[in-house]
Amino acid sequence: MVDPASPAIEVEDLQYAWPGKPVLLRINQFRVARGERVFLRGPSGSGKSTLLGLIGGVLTAQRGHVRLLGTDLAVLGAGARDRFRGDHLGFIFQMFNLLPYLDVLDNVALPTRFSRARRERIEGGDPRAEGRRLLSALGLADPALLASPVNELSIGQQQRVAAARALLGSPEILIADEPTSALDHDSREDFLKLVMAECAERGTTLLFVSHDTSLGGLFDRVVSLDELQRSPAEAA
Amino acid sequence: MLALRSLRNRRTTALLTLSAIAISVALLLGVQKMRTAARDGFANTVSGVDLIVGARSGQLNLLLYSVFRVGDATANVSWSSYQKIANHPDVAWTIPISLGDSHRGFRVMGTNNDYFEHYRFAGDRSIRFTSGQRFADLYDAVIGADVARQLGYKLGDKVVISHGLGNVSFAHHDDKPFRIAGILERTGTPVDRTVHVSLEAITAIHLDWGGGMQAQGDARISAEQARAQNLTPESITAFMVGMRMKVMTFTMQRAINEYRLEPLLAIIPGVALTQLWNLVGIADTALMIVAAFVVLAGLLGMLTAILTSLNERRREMAILRSVGAQPRHVFTMLIAEAGLLATAGVLAGVALCYGLLYAAKPLLESRFGIFLDPGGLTGYDVGLLASIVFAALLMGAVPAWRAYRNTLSDGLTIRV
Repeated sequence: MVDPASPAIEVEDLQYAWPGKPVLLRINQFRVARGERVFLRGPSGSGKSTLLGLIGGVLTAQRGHVRLLGTDLAVLGAGARDRFRGDHLGFIFQMFNLLPYLDVLDNVALPTRFSRARRERIEGGDPRAEGRRLLSALGLADPALLASPVNELSIGQQQRVAAARALLGSPEILIADEPTSALDHDSREDFLKLVMAECAERGTTLLFVSHDTSLGGLFDRVVSLDELQRSPAEAA
Repeated sequence: MLALRSLRNRRTTALLTLSAIAISVALLLGVQKMRTAARDGFANTVSGVDLIVGARSGQLNLLLYSVFRVGDATANVSWSSYQKIANHPDVAWTIPISLGDSHRGFRVMGTNNDYFEHYRFAGDRSIRFTSGQRFADLYDAVIGADVARQLGYKLGDKVVISHGLGNVSFAHHDDKPFRIAGILERTGTPVDRTVHVSLEAITAIHLDWGGGMQAQGDARISAEQARAQNLTPESITAFMVGMRMKVMTFTMQRAINEYRLEPLLAIIPGVALTQLWNLVGIADTALMIVAAFVVLAGLLGMLTAILTSLNERRREMAILRSVGAQPRHVFTMLIAEAGLLATAGVLAGVALCYGLLYAAKPLLESRFGIFLDPGGLTGYDVGLLASIVFAALLMGAVPAWRAYRNTLSDGLTIRV
């Protein structure tokens, strides 16, 4: 199902409209190579979340294709798309990433409850041990911190826990949706560098979505959603 | 299990919901237990008696005062009519009953030693003595288990019978005290709450009475003087009949009901008991329906609690979706939540019910004469409880479906 030679993300001839609304997204082509770190820029309301929903496989486009690692999501059933997402994608959201009723390590280990592939990719097979390792790589090594309820962590700490969860079990693609916008400027860069270092170590593809371009310099490529949307009409 | 952890996170709401279900289940089970106890107690009150005969009134009235010691007779049966029926060749035995007096709130029943011989309850159980014996002397009294326990009586104690019924009587037969000659074993029937004396004693204590008052001065008859008098009563309140052959019961019943010298009524206890139960049973079915609605209210409370939690949990669902949870996982999780709440509620309710029953048992027995054996859960009870959990699972499908729809439309969007 996963073709090693194909790009990580490949969007082709895509068109999406919410029911009863005019067409929101029209993308001729958007490609992210394996291991590439791409910054996708777009103001709020430009359809970023919708595009992520399409790439994540929770939405299906009216027209066109979304291929991840060579697999066309459209040919998968809804359940298979959910499994595919669980196996190959990690998500970090803007805030409130954590389940309040699980402790820090259980939050990090959450993907292994739904994805056997990610459980099996963990060396030694212990999700909590791997979670602890990841958290310490991301600068959260304090045992007292790991023992405290997740809603007592600072936003920055919560985002690192979310990053550890997204990276656990080494999914091929990491999608970060405004993960730093709740952080102050200095910690943004620290956070991003730590995440990027982990990605580099595993060869993880990183798609970073934000409206704030100040971090763009750290990426291989900066793509504007507006340009993606505009080009097809002219090219066609 | 995620559903359990998620519930624990909302433990205040969850505990309240669980309590509501527990209380409603305890009520339902309690009503069910009481109902069974009442029905059994009813059916077991009297057995082995083929006919009960009294002055013509209503069938239920006769049953109530002769067996349950509730209410009053409107008229009496003359001694001659009683003798005539008692001596009929088809009649095996009779138990005369004479009511109208009381002792500290307990009814006094005049009868004879045939009562201890022939009266049966709860199938074929006969009356047995814890201590003492039947009437030997004119002023002997035999008391039921409740009377003995509540008033702390023992053999040989002297008791005074009060004229008339009611808890507080001002006229006492204190010139002719009785001696407690026997104490009966517990029967779980109105026998336990009865003071038995002989028919002759009833006549003796009323020799010098007229118009509800005792004669004054020389007209008084002392306890010892009374022994010399003719103590055959002029009338009795009712009597029970045992037939030589059961098949003759209906013939005898018709004969008594058509008796021309005196308006009499003969009833078959089993038929009258059923009729009475049908009457009382309506109240008891109504109670059961009320209890069922309380359970429904408890379950609706649960439904409300889960539904209101859904909006604030959309974030939770989106997080689960992002790590690969399918909408059916979300659906199952919410059904499981309803199932967990209901199961825990039912278990707590059963515990609560049994706790209350055991706590209330002494009070129910002493104050209301209801003998409640909580026993185990019957198959019917288990079915009832299982259907509550099943109903909860069905109800859980409503929020589960809502959450399923939400997950599909929200996708990975985290709404706050």
